[in-house]
Amino acid sequence: MYGDHIEIGALVRHATTASSDVIKTHATALSTAASLTGDVQVRNRGTTCGALAHADVAADQPAGALACGAIMVARSSSGTREIDAADFFVDSLTSALEPNEILTSIRIPKVGPGEGSAYDKLGRRGGHSDYAVAGAAAWVKTSNGTIEEARVAVTGVGTRPQLTEGVAEALIGTDGSDSAVREASEKAVDDITVLEDLYGSEEYKAHLAKVYVGRAVKAALANTS
Amino acid sequence: MEVSMTVNGRAVSADVEPRTLLVHFIRDNQRLTGTHVGCETGYCGACTVHVDGKAVKSCTMFAVQAEGADITTIEGVARNGELHPVQEGFWERHGLQCGFCTPGMIMSSIALLDENDSPSETEIRHGIDGNLCRCTGYHNIVRAVEYAAAKIRGEEPPPPDWERET
Repeated sequence: MYGDHIEIGALVRHATTASSDVIKTHATALSTAASLTGDVQVRNRGTTCGALAHADVAADQPAGALACGAIMVARSSSGTREIDAADFFVDSLTSALEPNEILTSIRIPKVGPGEGSAYDKLGRRGGHSDYAVAGAAAWVKTSNGTIEEARVAVTGVGTRPQLTEGVAEALIGTDGSDSAVREASEKAVDDITVLEDLYGSEEYKAHLAKVYVGRAVKAALANTS
Repeated sequence: MEVSMTVNGRAVSADVEPRTLLVHFIRDNQRLTGTHVGCETGYCGACTVHVDGKAVKSCTMFAVQAEGADITTIEGVARNGELHPVQEGFWERHGLQCGFCTPGMIMSSIALLDENDSPSETEIRHGIDGNLCRCTGYHNIVRAVEYAAAKIRGEEPPPPDWERET
């Protein structure tokens, strides 16, 4: 923990991201995504930074990192640079890292009053097992019952894990009621090229994106302090 | 490269190529062939062992990454000739057919029960979802783990499916 943010280093395993009280508090969406990444054995060895650098189309933690507003710290022989999560997941399995760069850590702003985040997904093997057929992460900042800021990201439905700006904009200024969330969730695939794959058609994926965006936003609202 | 570790309680060391996977070190160098190679890509779990008490897919590690570690393989699970409760469960509840996934299943199940000795069926299925089985449909594997959990808690295990009325 450093002042106003937490930092997760390159060797932090998924199991640690999932169980650390600090990460659960300040980056709930990322922590939950880590707990649903892979399986027990994979979580004992795989690393959060590794999963982010790998930038899989249907991975869980990229969505969590996007919602939590993570800043990626990349290092090369010529120095260090910071990359916003929003600019980090460029394409399928393609991050913004240059060929000579490694991801050495990520920084996430600590949560303040009224902030909360969450992640939910449908796994390829049903429930939460395996990569996301569709996954959504949400972060909200509320004040006096009104949503002031929001970030919502989806994974598994497009060419890369990405933010859905339309949903976030539609949530701001609302009271986060079920109907407000439902209406905002309808925009889940507005700015996104939905790709079908072995696990779902375009229509099914688009539908799932809306369902899971709704669930993630509701859970994030429930997680606000 | 020189690598040293403890395997099933015995200190071992060897000179290996750095690219040697832990599973190949265990099988080819240590001649412990109970740990199986199913996919070599970290998916199937047949290579699952314990590294410093944690279930790990040994095909996802280099042997040299296990330097100084405490490794347990399927061969190290029975004590003084007595089957581990999980092994007994797989025996008593017919938790295997071809047996290829079984060592990995047992290693994962032991790790699961170490964390939680009264898992629900959902928790069992979730706890071993890093291990694939092509024969059993997982049903009797779950029963085997339930048997073992009961034994570990010191309780009478539920009767096998084939002895129940319906």
